[in-house]
Amino acid sequence: MSAEAVIKGGVHTDERHDSAHKHVTGRAEYIDDMMEPVGTLHAYLGLSEQAHGRITKLDLADVIEAPGVVGVLTHEDIPGHNDVSPTGKNDDPVFAEALVEFQGQPIFAVIAETRDNARRAASLAKVDTAKQHHVIDVAEAMDVDYPHVTEPLKLERGDVGAAMAGAPHRIKASQRVGGQDHFYLEGHIAFAFPGEDDEVTVYSSTQHPSEVQHLVAHVLGIRSNDVTVNVRRMGGAFGGKESQPALFAAVAALAAKRFGRAVKLRPDRDDDMIATGKRHDFLNTYEVGFDEDGRILAVDGTYAARCGFSADLSGPVTDRALFHADNAYFYPHVRLKSRPMKTNTVSNTAFRGFGGPQGLITAERMIEEIAYHLGKDPLEVRKVNFYGDEGRDVTPYHQTVQDNILPQLISELEASAEYASRRQAILEHNAASHVIKKGLALTPVKFGISFTATWFNQAGALVHIYNDGSIHLNHGGTEMGQGLFTKVAQVVADCFQVDLDKIKITGTTTGKVPNTSATAASSGSDLNGMAAANAADQIKARLIDFAAEKYSVPEDQVVFEPNTVRIGNERKSFEEFIKEAYMARVHLSAAGFYKTPEIHWDREAGKGRPFYYFAYGAAVSEVSVDTLTGEYHVDRVDILHDVGRSLNPALDKGQIEGGFVQGMGWLTTEELWWDEEGRLRTHAPSTYKIPLASDRPPVFNVNLAEWSKNREATIRRSKAVGEPPLMLAASVLEALSMAVASVADYKVCPRLDAPATPECVLMAIERLREGA
Amino acid sequence: MSSARTEIRFLLNGKDVCLSDVGASDTLLDHLRLGQRLTGTKEGCAEGDCGACTVLVGRRMGGGLVYETVNACIRLLASLDCCHVVTVEHLVHADGTLHPVQQALVDHHGSQCGFCTPGIVMSLYALWMSTPSPTVQDVEVALQGNLCRCTGYQPIIDAALAMAEHGSAADDALVHERSVVTERLNSLDDGARVEVSRETDLAILPASAADLAVVLHEHPEATIVAGSTDVGLWITKFMRSISPAVFLGHLEELQQIVRTADRVTIGSGVTYTQFEEVIASEFAHMGEFWSRIGGWQIRNMGTIGGNIANGSPIGDTPPALIALGATVSLASRSGKRTLPLEDFFIAYGEQDCKPREFLEAIQIPRPGPGDLNAVYKISKRRDEDISSVCGAFSLTIADGLVETARIAYGGMAAKPKRASHVEAALVGKPWTEETVDRAMAAFAKDFTPLTDWRASAEYRALSGRNLLRRFYLEHQGEPVRLTRSTAA
Repeated sequence: MSAEAVIKGGVHTDERHDSAHKHVTGRAEYIDDMMEPVGTLHAYLGLSEQAHGRITKLDLADVIEAPGVVGVLTHEDIPGHNDVSPTGKNDDPVFAEALVEFQGQPIFAVIAETRDNARRAASLAKVDTAKQHHVIDVAEAMDVDYPHVTEPLKLERGDVGAAMAGAPHRIKASQRVGGQDHFYLEGHIAFAFPGEDDEVTVYSSTQHPSEVQHLVAHVLGIRSNDVTVNVRRMGGAFGGKESQPALFAAVAALAAKRFGRAVKLRPDRDDDMIATGKRHDFLNTYEVGFDEDGRILAVDGTYAARCGFSADLSGPVTDRALFHADNAYFYPHVRLKSRPMKTNTVSNTAFRGFGGPQGLITAERMIEEIAYHLGKDPLEVRKVNFYGDEGRDVTPYHQTVQDNILPQLISELEASAEYASRRQAILEHNAASHVIKKGLALTPVKFGISFTATWFNQAGALVHIYNDGSIHLNHGGTEMGQGLFTKVAQVVADCFQVDLDKIKITGTTTGKVPNTSATAASSGSDLNGMAAANAADQIKARLIDFAAEKYSVPEDQVVFEPNTVRIGNERKSFEEFIKEAYMARVHLSAAGFYKTPEIHWDREAGKGRPFYYFAYGAAVSEVSVDTLTGEYHVDRVDILHDVGRSLNPALDKGQIEGGFVQGMGWLTTEELWWDEEGRLRTHAPSTYKIPLASDRPPVFNVNLAEWSKNREATIRRSKAVGEPPLMLAASVLEALSMAVASVADYKVCPRLDAPATPECVLMAIERLREGA
Repeated sequence: MSSARTEIRFLLNGKDVCLSDVGASDTLLDHLRLGQRLTGTKEGCAEGDCGACTVLVGRRMGGGLVYETVNACIRLLASLDCCHVVTVEHLVHADGTLHPVQQALVDHHGSQCGFCTPGIVMSLYALWMSTPSPTVQDVEVALQGNLCRCTGYQPIIDAALAMAEHGSAADDALVHERSVVTERLNSLDDGARVEVSRETDLAILPASAADLAVVLHEHPEATIVAGSTDVGLWITKFMRSISPAVFLGHLEELQQIVRTADRVTIGSGVTYTQFEEVIASEFAHMGEFWSRIGGWQIRNMGTIGGNIANGSPIGDTPPALIALGATVSLASRSGKRTLPLEDFFIAYGEQDCKPREFLEAIQIPRPGPGDLNAVYKISKRRDEDISSVCGAFSLTIADGLVETARIAYGGMAAKPKRASHVEAALVGKPWTEETVDRAMAAFAKDFTPLTDWRASAEYRALSGRNLLRRFYLEHQGEPVRLTRSTAA
């Protein structure tokens, strides 16, 4: 074997997505594409048109009489619990009972021969509701003392009162941060097949098959071992399919058991957007004390979220807002409080960043406040506030930042993006240009990796080697487009030193790997990669034992080389070797397991090490703004991002670019708008505007910090990549802000809220002009 | 009409399809996915905005055959008579070799979740056939109607720029088999009226424009369907019956563009895409604006006549056409009449179009050589969005004085409407910033806009009047337009 020989598709290579050829040919199968068994029925949900009220009449006679209808289901038909709460709070009914608490809340389901039959029938229900006052906005929720949906969190360190009082400068203000619809291209769907006894199998477009399994059992009043949940791939998820799929799966499963036929449930896009949760909107109030250099002395912040009618994941989401309220900055004295407010809106849920972005964005706002107040370049203010050496390295939750690589990363990006000279050029441009103003901003990201619910940081995998040497790989992670299946397969290929095409990637199923965590919190490859490596290593250990014994060589003389196993001086092909092992009755299957070490979190005390490590990145964005209309373009973006030692640089770059553009949409054109009746009116792509190809920055330089290597023993020293890049888009918001600030000679912080739609930008310009 | 054919016939990829059990409201997407089990084409939104359902439709035009991207979700099945429908399944070679467009996407990591990918493949395929080596801007325009939520688009753009490296468009089946396919389609066309139905859901394809008048006379309550970019949503979103529906997308008589000395006359069935051929030569001021109407698929389907007849207060073309002084002709079996376009719009949801009448043609005066013309659209997202405000300006200036002014707005009132007070404040005055300032104050007399999810009343009023300032400044040579790639 020559020294250069390497396997095809090993770790740290630009392997393409395992389904790429199926994506482009239309042969990648999503749940709605599956062959339907004869007799398949279709369910459709009947949704509340009122935001808040008591149901006084539910007349489904016309629904039942409609063409093709087989039956209807209401809360009275639920044999188990009328609840799909992901956190065991019992506050998330499948079907409303006496009370509806948001527009779009499911009240019943109709089951019919075709989806069209079911959908038409659902619209025939007569629902009378005695309206009650509805609260949509988070500020109103606080004003009228609406309850918290879950316990708030407080993080505190130092003496905020004294430090604030003694600060030479203090600024107190607030910031509104809009929510965001996931707009996965494949909407929610579940397809349930009744089995023997209590058994049911559900194909669900879910990031969390185990939770769907447990909640289907909970609703049906059966045991988890009666329920199998499968998902091969999702057409996008972004957090929107973490807790939300259970509703659809439970209804499909309930109907399948009731009618003894396969049942599919796929809502129309508008219903999907109205009836399922989104990113939380926040109203953040902050007071920041600082000195002449712009150095922060104290921060006091309250982070109030529009949680919707139930808790869902609002507890951990609002917790994470606080965990990232510092972003990359050291707060010597700090007090942060969350307020997870109940509102009469759909229950908000996970979305890429999981509250972190909504906390981080206010850290960047405070930097801006300081910079405009002192007349400094915001980057200068950032630099004096970054986490540093001992004494300046402890977070508001008392975790020490040990892996800070931002100084190197920022200085490299600052140079490669020519930040200083471009800023100067823009200041000159703005002085000369009357209508079109420009802005430039560099913002960093530091994002904590691990589920803050410590027990979720575990994963399982199942690896078989068949006696022809082909390998079957399964794990608890789900594929939503991020390339997780490819990365984990690369890890297994690397373990056995076989080409990637020897490994069969298989769909996620609760029948193979139990009690899995959601593929969320950017943890997919960290957790599942390690679990798969653990399974492979178990099999390898048995193979090494076998060969060492059979060929009487020391164990270190059994070496897995590319597609070959070397035993002493002899080499065998991998297949030949596996055949021998099989004949010798070596167990060629293993269940792997991994749990993240060293993390702990005491929520009561607000102290611990909730994160195993941090991922870092920074971006420089340049924009142009039309000051007559508020319209703008993002002209150029430069990103330098840290993924540790990348398992797959091409896929990681895809996550960075995609995350950035998604974050840009969140902060610019993606606006959720409710009318006075509490109805969401931006519930389809005609009214809810996610970025298009022509919104992407025309100059888009994205690089990995190739020198970075995770200091912790993660899978091949890589770092998580799913969520952190989304927050790089804060640079777009701040660049827009700078362009706005130019109309008042940069003397006033524009306090540009998000999303900064053209309207929001123009109104900020007017505000600054009037004030000037 | 006793001679009506009672089936529709079209080519689907390589095979002939004949269907008699077709309702007016049947969509192409449902037929592909449920009827043919061609599941490569996806449903993302069912309203023509995401592009996951993009397929190509080849239609005969001017003796040739043109392939265009369309949204299968709102393209109605009955409208495909004598067309060639091409889905993503048709691209891959029999031996499994990927099509150059597909291979480029794979090589550049252009798919992540893959759900939007078949639609993106089809849009890029259409681009590749017409423009094998596109510019970045060509690609962005081709993808205006395709949403991708995963990639941030960069790898898709990179793939599109590299398509030509993977194969030549000249070798493509749809290119070199075009005359054969045209012949096949011609052989399906017997020139008869077509009437198909499922139960009571009736679709009628008149044999000619004259036959259209006859059909409307027989069915005064009929829904007229041109591009179905709006009617499609009545079906998919509101589950409304459109029966009986009269289709006119196949009538080439209504797709003529005639240029005369003083005007351009277009048939009501001319699509946005067809109209592009006269934009550069006749209405250059609309160039940028035109490419911001819908996405590519919508521009291929939607008609200018439909945009007018539909009567929406936020339609893109009416303000532009009113400012130019366009007139419209309405026809019925009893005759024709012509009226100024601005008078066609009576009130919200009310147009001057009687039962049995149809919009036949639009006459657009050519701008004079010294005229100042502009159309500005403001929307939350630049492309493929509905206007919050659209302002169109046509001024003539003589000796430094404003001689005539036609200014029309969409999004500012219950219908597309002229800004008559603003016009009056300009006419006869010197074309100066001072005059513009005074005229801007007149906007409040012309418009009392509403607040909705696209914009607040305050923003509409403010940005609307600022457009007049933009118009003035632009003609003074001040840079007022945002352009792509303006990095310092």
